[in-house]
Amino acid sequence: MTKAEYDVAVIGGGLHGLTAALHLSRAGQRTVVIERRWIGRHASSATAAGVRTLGRDLAEIPISLEAMAMWHRIETIVGDDCGFHAHGQLRIAETEQQMPSLLQREAEVRALGHTHEEIIGAAELRRLLPNLSPHCVGALIARNDGAADPHRTIAAFRRACESASVVIVEGCGVDAAERDRGAWLLACGERRFRAPVVVNAAGAWAGRVASLFGDVIELGVRASMMIVTERLAPLLDPVVSVVGRALSFKQSDQGTLVIGGGLQGSADLERERSSVNFVELAKGARAASDLFPATRGVRIARCWTGIEAQTRDHLPVIGASPNTPGLFHSFGYSGHGFQLVPVVGAIIADIIVKGATKRDITGFAPTRLMPERAAA
Amino acid sequence: MNEGEIDLLIVGAGPAGMAAAVAARSNGLSVRVVDDQTAPGGQIWRAVESVAKTARGARFGDAYRMGADRAAAFRACGALYEPDCQLWQIEQGFRAFLTKDGRAHVVRAKAIILATGAQERPTPFPGWTLPGVMTVGAAQILLKTADMAPKGPVWIAGSGPLPLLYMTQLLAAGGAIAGFLDTTPRGRWRAALPHLPQALANFSDLAKGLRWSLSLRQAGFPIVRHVVDIRAEGEGRLERLRYRAENGRETEIPAKVLLIHEGVVPNIHAALSLGCATKWHSEQSCLVPVLDKWGESSQANIFVVGDGAGIAGAEAAEFRGHIAALRAASRFGKMSEAAAAAAAAKERALLARALAIRPFLDALYAPRPEVFAPPDDTIVCRCEEISAKELRARAAEGRPGPNQLKAFTRVGMGPCQGRQCGYTVAHIIAAAQNRPVAEVGFQRIRPPLKPVTLGELAALDEQEPAA
Repeated sequence: MTKAEYDVAVIGGGLHGLTAALHLSRAGQRTVVIERRWIGRHASSATAAGVRTLGRDLAEIPISLEAMAMWHRIETIVGDDCGFHAHGQLRIAETEQQMPSLLQREAEVRALGHTHEEIIGAAELRRLLPNLSPHCVGALIARNDGAADPHRTIAAFRRACESASVVIVEGCGVDAAERDRGAWLLACGERRFRAPVVVNAAGAWAGRVASLFGDVIELGVRASMMIVTERLAPLLDPVVSVVGRALSFKQSDQGTLVIGGGLQGSADLERERSSVNFVELAKGARAASDLFPATRGVRIARCWTGIEAQTRDHLPVIGASPNTPGLFHSFGYSGHGFQLVPVVGAIIADIIVKGATKRDITGFAPTRLMPERAAA
Repeated sequence: MNEGEIDLLIVGAGPAGMAAAVAARSNGLSVRVVDDQTAPGGQIWRAVESVAKTARGARFGDAYRMGADRAAAFRACGALYEPDCQLWQIEQGFRAFLTKDGRAHVVRAKAIILATGAQERPTPFPGWTLPGVMTVGAAQILLKTADMAPKGPVWIAGSGPLPLLYMTQLLAAGGAIAGFLDTTPRGRWRAALPHLPQALANFSDLAKGLRWSLSLRQAGFPIVRHVVDIRAEGEGRLERLRYRAENGRETEIPAKVLLIHEGVVPNIHAALSLGCATKWHSEQSCLVPVLDKWGESSQANIFVVGDGAGIAGAEAAEFRGHIAALRAASRFGKMSEAAAAAAAAKERALLARALAIRPFLDALYAPRPEVFAPPDDTIVCRCEEISAKELRARAAEGRPGPNQLKAFTRVGMGPCQGRQCGYTVAHIIAAAQNRPVAEVGFQRIRPPLKPVTLGELAALDEQEPAA
């Protein structure tokens, strides 16, 4: 049996696995990405690909802003613009009663010294979204936000990895891990990979991967549903969400409307399949057609869900394992990890190569979801 | 929304769906039949209730007119029949989502019989998306429902029983045929011949086919045999055809209408979207659901009958529908297992006889290889306008499967969700990667199965009681 030797083995070939591998390889590490199915199989290709700083958890704002700066020069990072357009993201108030919550949010973010979220009134809202239903009264906007093309992004990160000499192995799932002379020996069917450092970027399956190394991390699963319609003439540029409703609404480069917002279908981790729940999804269709009445007659082309990890506090798990030498985690993005992709790769590379990062990642520590600490 | 649960939901009211409904009702099951057509009959007996007794009905022949009795029995059986009703999703449990009169609603059923029939095999070739080019099946629908024959002489191209039947019907209706480009390869009779003795059990069907062929030969229009390549050309609409005969010689002819047909394949999208196991049917070059002897799929209480279970024609469809209904009746306590087994044994004997002709027809009309290997400049996915060239190039990089190729190129991402391009994509991948098409598989089907509007889906939320 042959053993392939690397400095770092990344488990999981989604965008978070790829970005970690890309930054590690550029930092001089011989890196392999091991993917059970194929690159981008699950959450990465099921994403709506929103690139959003708006409304982030306060703990995420600093890295999210850094990621946004990286998105604005994404071509210099991965050699392709990933279909990214910065047309802004808005969180709309449909009634005057909803405005105070937006104003309060703006104040809270400003108090921390950030200026990326801004309140706009009805007139500016009308200027930005001429097709929006006139009942809407105002919004919170992040003007530098936008959206990208998920498939193009996956392809770009993959190509960038390959040109940085990352080895990508698809159709290869890690079944077991054992210590082997100061390194980890990973068994994937008949194949063996040996590396002193392992990055767990296995998405919804990351809890299972962690347990192969002895880390017990509480992890849930979600299956956010999406709707894509037939192609339309241009209707709107920014990405729209609404106070009090599960809706994210945008138009893609192809002219299709992409409607999401976190409504949940069901996920089956064993069978690696997820299913749409149309009674639930009807709420999203209703929100979309209430806000943009002209879309009522638009035909739905397809709906889907993807399987994503979800943590108790909706924050990701980023950092070194407290118990297991050489193990680092990057998962649990809870349905909003796409925007963070560029920066998290840099963070993982820093903590592995330099032993520390200058970003504040204390809020994402694995220990917060580990039972030993919870009991202590 | 609170419509209660019925025993059996039947999707489609063709020969199989109607037979299943009649059998299920006579055994006391509650039955609802949803049908996207305006009246019972399916494709074979389309519009039969209004047409059977007319002169048009007489022209369509006895096999068509006998559908009127079936439709009458179906109407009288006590099943709730919903025509003009689109089924667009089935969720486990089962919850079926339908749209009728612009409103979506949900039906609950203990078991579902999919009797969704066949679709014409998609056949991309250069120019197939030009106005003036359509399928023989679509033309036959116009003939049956509206007595409409295309204006002026039409070119027919393809292979299989349907072009022959349509041409005889078209001539009887006073239509004109410019010529028939028969794409059946040379040597197919030799391949089919060993199956002839068995096929003689269906002597009447064989005789029917021979009668069509003879009458067409006497009609006097040109019949070109063993055509391999067809191109439709024109500025904005069809103006001329180019075809290549087996000797390689190319001919160009002016043409206003071209009707094409290269056989039919099971309509299996609902079964696929439910995750029912399928297998490759190599004689018919298509996927068929894996079914037990009752027609039950790998998903408990989901049955597939009729041509959706594998192309076998109207007669076989009725027997399959009957057998599945017997199973449902015994499972829901309406008849004993012994009684169901005895009744099914009789139906299976009849089914076996009806199937006897299939190996002969499958061998005779097996699709020619060119159907699956369109030239580079051909649009394969018309929703997203993806060419064969682009697919070949991407399929050769690594070993992507149909779902990865979808992500790479957007092939199959449009409103038809691969119903038109799925098989061509699978064959292009197989050829580019030098592996059997059976191993390549099919694109995953994303709901909805039929386009439903945002407003229709939104209305479903309004019907829900507030939480």
